[in-house]
Amino acid sequence: MARPALPVTVIGGYLGAGKTTLVNQLLRHSGLRLAVMVNEFGALPIDRDLIEAEDDALISISGGCVCCEFGDDLAGALLQVAGMDPRPDHILLESSGVAIPGSILTTLLFLDGLRGDGVVVVADAAEIRNTAANTYLADTIQRQLDDADILVLNKTDLVSEAELAEVTGWVRSHTKGTRIVPAVHGAVPHDVLLGSVPLPRRGHKVSGHAEALFRSRVLQPDGPVDPVALARALAEGDLGLVRAKGYVARPGGGLSLIQVVGARWTVEDATDDHQTGVVCIGLKATFDADGLARLGPLEPVPA
Amino acid sequence: MPTTIFQAKAIHTMTTTRPMATHVAVRDGRILGVGTLKELERWGDYRLDTTFADKVLLPGFVEGHAHASAGPVWDGTYLGWYDRTDPEGKVWKGLKTVDDIVARLKKADAAAPGTGPLIAWGLDPIYMDNVRITRQDLDRATTERAILITHASGHIMSMNSKGLEDVGLLKQGLNHPAIPLGADGLPMGELLGPEVMVPAATRLGYDRRAEEANPAGMKAFTKVCVRAGVTTIADLARTYTRDDVDKMLVQTAAPDFPICLVPFRHGRDMAPKDLIAYMVEMKAKSTERLELGNIKLHADGSIQGFTARLRWPGYQNGAPNGLWYLAPEQLTEILEGAFENGLLVHVHTNGDEASELVIDTVEKVLKKIPAADNRTTLQHCQMATPAQFRKAARLGMCVNLFANHHWFWGDEHYKYTVGPERAERMNACRTALDMGVPMTIHSDAPVTPLGPLFTAWAAVNRLTPSGRVQGEAEKITVAEALQAITLGAAFTMKMDHLIGSIEAGKRADFAVLDEDPYKVAPEALKDVPVWGTVQGGRVFPVAGL
Repeated sequence: MARPALPVTVIGGYLGAGKTTLVNQLLRHSGLRLAVMVNEFGALPIDRDLIEAEDDALISISGGCVCCEFGDDLAGALLQVAGMDPRPDHILLESSGVAIPGSILTTLLFLDGLRGDGVVVVADAAEIRNTAANTYLADTIQRQLDDADILVLNKTDLVSEAELAEVTGWVRSHTKGTRIVPAVHGAVPHDVLLGSVPLPRRGHKVSGHAEALFRSRVLQPDGPVDPVALARALAEGDLGLVRAKGYVARPGGGLSLIQVVGARWTVEDATDDHQTGVVCIGLKATFDADGLARLGPLEPVPA
Repeated sequence: MPTTIFQAKAIHTMTTTRPMATHVAVRDGRILGVGTLKELERWGDYRLDTTFADKVLLPGFVEGHAHASAGPVWDGTYLGWYDRTDPEGKVWKGLKTVDDIVARLKKADAAAPGTGPLIAWGLDPIYMDNVRITRQDLDRATTERAILITHASGHIMSMNSKGLEDVGLLKQGLNHPAIPLGADGLPMGELLGPEVMVPAATRLGYDRRAEEANPAGMKAFTKVCVRAGVTTIADLARTYTRDDVDKMLVQTAAPDFPICLVPFRHGRDMAPKDLIAYMVEMKAKSTERLELGNIKLHADGSIQGFTARLRWPGYQNGAPNGLWYLAPEQLTEILEGAFENGLLVHVHTNGDEASELVIDTVEKVLKKIPAADNRTTLQHCQMATPAQFRKAARLGMCVNLFANHHWFWGDEHYKYTVGPERAERMNACRTALDMGVPMTIHSDAPVTPLGPLFTAWAAVNRLTPSGRVQGEAEKITVAEALQAITLGAAFTMKMDHLIGSIEAGKRADFAVLDEDPYKVAPEALKDVPVWGTVQGGRVFPVAGL
């Protein structure tokens, strides 16, 4: 069987929301080999201290990561990145501030071996409502919100608790099914954003320094389950999940890989050499473990 | 210093003091004087050139918005509805049926066999009752190699089965509004919009920019210019590196290079600060035949593609508003840098909301940097309202209106995109002039054919393909249209001190015509034959191309 498809996450959001900061956080802390692709007006999107080497086409970043601009030929650039040896673990596509991020994933229709993983939209908690009130930008901001699987409400340290509650309510009323994740300086655990969840194992914990905000449980069905029904329930049920990923046994044999990003889900066939179990991650405040348990047994929480 | 005095049947100068003359004296590529032979003899020894004794001279035409791809586009096969002349002067008959299209593609395949994609352009099924041309239709031309057809509007591509297969799209299960499917669940052959067209074209290895950079392509472009009477042309826009500029400097300096090329550079691939510094550096390299340092930005998309930004009430069919291609903050930053450094910025604004944003932004930036003579030009500016024109005039801005649009897509705008009222005031040349906005008109070649006389005809007559006059009140006179394609365009390019009229001190640039465009019926303006041009005092007959 071919290698699993290379996941592509679009990072969208208006100018100044903190897309670049978030990307740099991921470069610093994810431990993954990330390829960052940018389409913004030429400003260097990578923190200086992370850069190991620069040539015209490519910036090499510590930890085996790279960054390049894609210009007009996104498909070509994606293929080039996907063809690199060693192959990156995950591609981050940072879209321009006025782009409609979901449409960028269209390019993936042309490319085998790549998979749209989801759209993360970053919003400035202090500014998003002002930007959305600008008559030139209102519908653009709304379309960005419409496309978001995960909305990172960034810079929450710049607003009071009351304001945060207000803006969270505002975002909720302007989105449907989008998972809202508050953040300071773009710090969101990489397994939440990128689903780079290690294969389920006992006692798995969400990593990252913002973990206090998050909770994670492993769903371990007793036997074969309908993977589509389960994926749908995880994505569309009101369980407070941001991310879910893992393998389950199908009725009639074989394993399926389930991936859930916000309300978006995919199911694909997988090889048999995986341990079953689905890691489910959500915000502590809204994580509904009881609801999750109704879908199947949960592994016990480690002491 | 040798002086040549050209004798003509008539010389229309575009000046107030001496609008007509019979002779023009040229020295060192510049105009020494215009008047009678007797008056000009005062300059001393001269050679009298009577080549134009039965011709009519106008200032060389200035095209304010075209693309150098208007030359190399002819490397592909023309499939349009209307007859069109290629750089070598061959007239390609317009095609009226799908069978005609298949036949011409077949012929093109046989004429240049190979394995690379067969590139074609100019297809416009709206004239064929909007027939959908399918991949199966195109498979009748070839199944061995990919066919890639760009429609005239630029917003749709058609491909055969092999093409779809080569780009990885001939598969079941696609679910995307830009990829319509046939009854068999496979793509039917059309790709709608840049988000699928660009990756498809690049997957096939088709790169327009490489074509523009190639010397043969530029040569073809200059031939198209001479045939149209054009002596100065804005290539709006390209991305040029220092290397590209060095090459252009060599190419344009060739003694037989017949135009002054004005490439506007895209501002989108650099941070604004870097862009401004780069453009200041480039501007200093300008020569008589290569004017550098101008910036082109895109604010929105196109009206037919429903990507232009419209003010309320938006698109008549209820389509969501279009797309911004740059953020207001970025526009502000670039205009600030440009105004501080005296750089010229032209902004693509098809929809009226896009025009509004640029007008608002210029107003804001002017409060900080009083660049009274900024000449920030709204390109296309198809839907501007009278209020927008009034304000643009007061802010020192210019407009370049897409007069040809009525002739090619006027009925579409009337019926589908914006509806009758707004279609009638599209490309409102009359209002622009009345409100005092410096104005020119353009072809956007190769989107529509390069031909300032044709563009002038379109602005004077405002006919649509179905024969309606669209916006009687927005017609302009022949004299106004001819001014727009000479001095009008020169002004928007900040070159009116150099070109655009025939008067002492200016570049000796003439359009040489076989008939007098002021004397023909306005409906016949487009049919006035172009004999050739004079650029910088050098004579370029069409017959010698």
